[in-house]
Amino acid sequence: MSFSLTLGVLLLLSAAGYWVGRSRAANLVARGSGRLHSLPSYHGFYVALWAGIPAFVLLLAWGVAGDRIVEALVLAGLPDAQTATLTNSERALLLAQIRNEAAGIGFGTPEPFVAAAAERLVELRSFSAWIVSAALIAGALAALAWALRRLAPDLRTRNGVERTLRLAMALCSALAILTTLGIVLSLIFEALRFFARYSPLDFLFGLQWSPQTAIREDQVGSSGAFGALPVVWGTLFISLIAMLVAVPVGLMSAVYLAEYATPRVRSWVKPVLEILAGIPTVVYGFFAILTIAPLVREAGVTLGLSVAANSALAAGLVMGLMLIPFVSSLSDDVINAVPQSLRDGAAGLGATRSETVRQVVLPAALPGIVGAVLLALSRAIGETMIVVMAAGLAANLTVNPFEAVTTVTVQIVSNLTGDTEFDSAKTLSAFALGLLLFCVTLCLNVIALGIVKRYREIYD
Amino acid sequence: MFKEEYALMQTASPAPNTPATATAPMADVKMSARQVRVHYGDNEALHGIDVDIRRNEVLALIGPSGCGKSTFLRCLNRMNDSIEGCRVSGSVTLDGVDVYDPALDVVQIRARVGMVFQKPNPFPKSIYDNVCYGPRIHGLTRNRTELDEVVETSLRRAGLWEEVKDRLAAPGTGLSGGQQQRLCIARAIAVSPEVILMDEPCSALDPIATAHIEELIDELRRNYTIVIVTHNMQQAARVSRRTAFFHLGNLVETGDTETIFTNPGDQRTQDYITGRFG
Repeated sequence: MSFSLTLGVLLLLSAAGYWVGRSRAANLVARGSGRLHSLPSYHGFYVALWAGIPAFVLLLAWGVAGDRIVEALVLAGLPDAQTATLTNSERALLLAQIRNEAAGIGFGTPEPFVAAAAERLVELRSFSAWIVSAALIAGALAALAWALRRLAPDLRTRNGVERTLRLAMALCSALAILTTLGIVLSLIFEALRFFARYSPLDFLFGLQWSPQTAIREDQVGSSGAFGALPVVWGTLFISLIAMLVAVPVGLMSAVYLAEYATPRVRSWVKPVLEILAGIPTVVYGFFAILTIAPLVREAGVTLGLSVAANSALAAGLVMGLMLIPFVSSLSDDVINAVPQSLRDGAAGLGATRSETVRQVVLPAALPGIVGAVLLALSRAIGETMIVVMAAGLAANLTVNPFEAVTTVTVQIVSNLTGDTEFDSAKTLSAFALGLLLFCVTLCLNVIALGIVKRYREIYD
Repeated sequence: MFKEEYALMQTASPAPNTPATATAPMADVKMSARQVRVHYGDNEALHGIDVDIRRNEVLALIGPSGCGKSTFLRCLNRMNDSIEGCRVSGSVTLDGVDVYDPALDVVQIRARVGMVFQKPNPFPKSIYDNVCYGPRIHGLTRNRTELDEVVETSLRRAGLWEEVKDRLAAPGTGLSGGQQQRLCIARAIAVSPEVILMDEPCSALDPIATAHIEELIDELRRNYTIVIVTHNMQQAARVSRRTAFFHLGNLVETGDTETIFTNPGDQRTQDYITGRFG
């Protein structure tokens, strides 16, 4: 029986458990054996959970481990002469061959022992699936019956069900944390492989970035240089330009929306600003290439400057535009959270609206605004699509906004796209850059959240 | 309807204060309200209030919740301006000048008619900066020494100086509730207002802090005209010289506090004071 069919049966059993449990509980009351501790529906859930969850967990475990067990059995069943001399990778290759053969997608005519093994694999698979499904369903039925027998008026099913729910919620949050951990670990392992080839100090403080490594010995520039500073600088430079656009504009619009706009204006402007936040960044990339970059170029030419096609300025400006709604929406929330009583207090002393905003509201909201700005900055640093499209590939250590610079994210993308070999420093450098990026944004987020949290403590 | 009741009250009330035909000499009247009506949208919250506030006296506004006493208080320094959908009609004068004159700067009015709120609302700044905020924005002082003096005098008048003189740079939000409220009073005094409006200044405070503030109001009476909204009738009896009783958006009667509390002219006042509703 297939995995999904078994799952369906288990779900049905569970649902049946709910109805039976509920009506059994209702009967208990009707027979006058005292008041129920919990509502009948809790009794229903209690039976349903007992019938469903243990079997479901076992089913999941079988789904993960079952194939391995079956394949190990098949390998063990092969004639010793075929397997005794195999290395690990050869063994894996053989297994893949058997698997393909079993699925009917093998090449040519297989050796007889492979064909036999494939047949055996198919047999074992269907056999084990039947056995496991039958066992699980029988187990679920037994658990259902057991839970039904336990039902009694004073059984605290309500508490039991809530405990189970709490556990489920804890598992969900653990999943998020474990995912993060997994991502970090995978970054770290690949980055370590990079650092085995290239010194971490040279990576962090080197001034030259040219990741092209030679394919043949005699090629020019055979060893790439992986000094990350120019790339990091490019990221910071573009982010700085973006923040120079996003912070003043976003903050001003937040102040306008929160303090000056009438509800009518607010109900129009705020959604429009939020549409800006909903535009995919790749579309901002088009905008940067097609509109802003030529504008910057023309402006530069009129001023008699030479402007690169992929200038840092164009990428930064567009990224700034993208961040405006982010800054303004977060700041707007923070400004609205400043208690009205402070505004009244200032107005009661004869302060004008702008004096109130500048001297009372903004200082009160400042920690939150700083938090918003730092969150925006960490988005700017991690932003990929706009810079991939609009920023350059050359790693220049320059402060001229009309020149092209490259960013960490651009280098990650360019080093990992196309045909890549996973044992070259060029490919692995992407992971080191990713780790660096992760650390920087993590620090920024921690700082930002800390500031926002401290701010909340003042008024609650 | 209001007018009839009002006339009835005037004949019935022995109170010496009769706003429309001011028996008190004009010089004695600091602020006066005539036919003040307030609408929130289509809803009329105040149905034409006439009252005189005399110089250097404490006027208490009492009445059950939602009777419009706070709304009326906020009309006196135009704090209702910032509330969406709120319209005020009738006239409010300060020393004979119409407060609602469009040519007048509302900021100037509020500098002359200060306000203390129900919940202490110190700014998230230092104690010193809280007090000198008003003088700074109005440019009342010329140098740091004068500013220091204003801060000290205001804090002394608010009875807070001894408690905070060693920590003027500490944040105002770190004080206790009663101290915060006295800080807010000091902040209001620092602008040298002529009238101070207090909107239930003690409702968020414990009895000891309340006693402090009440003593303070008694002190302040010498220099300022004070209008205080309160739910606490003992407080009204203790701190005020005259009392106005509001009910359902009407001013039922105004009179000497003693008269209002011992021999009210209107049945509703009698009922409220004896605790039959409210």
